[in-house]
Amino acid sequence: MSDGSTGARWEHFPHGADIGVRGIAPTKAGAFEQAALAMTAIVADPRNVRDSASLDVACEAPDEELLLVDWLNALVYEMATRRLLFRRFQVELDGTRLRAKAWGEPIDLRRHRPGVEVKGATYTALSLRRQGDEWVAQCVVDV
Amino acid sequence: MDTSALKRPSECAWVIEPTGKMRVPAVIYATESLIRDMDEKVREQITNVATLPGIVKAAYAMPDAHWGYGFPIGGVAAFDAEEGGVVSAGGVGFDVSCGVRTLRTGLRVAEVEAVKERLADALFRAVPAGLGSRGKIHLDDAGMRAMLRGGARWAVEQGFGEPRDLDFVEERGVMAGAVPEEVSPQAIKRQQDEMGTLGSGNHYLEVQRVAEIYDAETAVAFGLAADEVVISIHCGSRGLGHQIGTDYLKQMVIEAASHGIELPDRELACAPIRSPVGESYLGAMRAAINCALANRQVITYLVRQAFVELFPGRDLTLIYDVSHNTCKVERHEVDGRPRELYVHRKGATRAFGPGRADLPPAYGETGQPVIIGGTMGTASHILVGTAAAEGLSFSSSCHGAGRSMSRHEALKRWQGKSLIEGLAGQGILIRTRSYRGAAEEAPGAYKDVDAVAEAADAAGFSRKVAKLTPLICVKG
Repeated sequence: MSDGSTGARWEHFPHGADIGVRGIAPTKAGAFEQAALAMTAIVADPRNVRDSASLDVACEAPDEELLLVDWLNALVYEMATRRLLFRRFQVELDGTRLRAKAWGEPIDLRRHRPGVEVKGATYTALSLRRQGDEWVAQCVVDV
Repeated sequence: MDTSALKRPSECAWVIEPTGKMRVPAVIYATESLIRDMDEKVREQITNVATLPGIVKAAYAMPDAHWGYGFPIGGVAAFDAEEGGVVSAGGVGFDVSCGVRTLRTGLRVAEVEAVKERLADALFRAVPAGLGSRGKIHLDDAGMRAMLRGGARWAVEQGFGEPRDLDFVEERGVMAGAVPEEVSPQAIKRQQDEMGTLGSGNHYLEVQRVAEIYDAETAVAFGLAADEVVISIHCGSRGLGHQIGTDYLKQMVIEAASHGIELPDRELACAPIRSPVGESYLGAMRAAINCALANRQVITYLVRQAFVELFPGRDLTLIYDVSHNTCKVERHEVDGRPRELYVHRKGATRAFGPGRADLPPAYGETGQPVIIGGTMGTASHILVGTAAAEGLSFSSSCHGAGRSMSRHEALKRWQGKSLIEGLAGQGILIRTRSYRGAAEEAPGAYKDVDAVAEAADAAGFSRKVAKLTPLICVKG
């Protein structure tokens, strides 16, 4: 799934019991955004999610890979407690600190037809790496 | 898995001798066909577990083992606190105390068949299932703390069941040593509206037929009779457990180096049992066990309400309630000496044999029921723990079929709607809000549960008692 203009895109990769999320983009921040979109796509088609609500997320971790997991887990928490799905993100990275805005809407069972619930992002298959001109951010998500 | 380098001391045991940083051997219990199909990752992960500080005797993988997080799912390991042993958040997992509770209905299959559609609808209405569903109970902070301390006993005191239910729950319904203060406010918040919800993924509520009895005497002790109907509930500690896993995994990863622990895989995150983070985690994890026990008790109440609509005056009684993802302090004999050990069971079931003091009197002479959950189209099994389990696996057995295919692959292969129609054709009614979830949970994406139960029997740590086949399945 690509956003066309920048080549930023996401994909899922298989894990024995669960599912991997991978974001690919020209920038690290873009890869974080796409990984988050991949996580939404575990639950529902992001194209069916509207961006009527927004919220701010901030996190900090000892390294950038742990920051990726923290970022995804901050979204899991918001998804769980506010019953939200997100379709768009704007991430700013400052070393191992992250500030972001996420846009989405409350889950609509009929329109979103949600699949499994995300329990948490894990350290399994976790990596943030440079691949050619792009950044790849990935980990396995427990569902 | 390539078995060429493994020793095979008996038909169903495969041993990886310690090499490199392994402190103890790793033992995989499986038949030849199950181990051949097992992911290489199981070998890698169980070998990693064998490197952890304070591990006792061996790291074990059960016949349903598959690639997990740090520990394989179907992994068992025991640690001695006095020898620098660790507690691992990864070794317990995100869904703390996920488990299965099975209830007798005392009804014949024909009585249920007569009202099957109505019963399926009533159960689907009564028990909130799937993502986006909310529980019917809201707990404030004080209510949450009481629930986290009191487990299923709290639920019974609130009116969600009978005191006699508690005799048939591990720990008699309440896990000692829970410390709600060690649970983060985020974890509390994730749970406040989720009591009495089933969740999603592989969780289910199933009405099942006792299709076959293998051990007549034990079946009588368990109150199981051929062609009767039972109801099984499979779910865990919901958002609370997930958040506790998230919180402590991170803390243990960050602090591992300061405890001198070299992690072969970050997901194996652990801390010395005798350390502030280790003790905090144990307090929080035990609170999550209580949350899961309370949750299955509340769901039992909801199931009973739906059930009496169609069968007035009939009662549902507990066979047993088992937990899969736990770390419990237990006494086990190692080399002829009783030791107090922290036994991690990640996707594995406790399988106490006859004579254990912790068992309810009714099962004192038989051993505890071990419930192996199936998938919505295939069987589940009830086994019984054996005396031999003590020496083989710290009294542990399998927990389910275990996935053989990723969700990714399952989605490519099956369509939820046609899958559900196909199962209806076989007489199995599925109720779900998510076709996608159903496709991901297609029975074909799992190992052959009959083969897993057979291996759990052949390996000697449990003995087959009865086979259950689904009539109705409510999926999250």
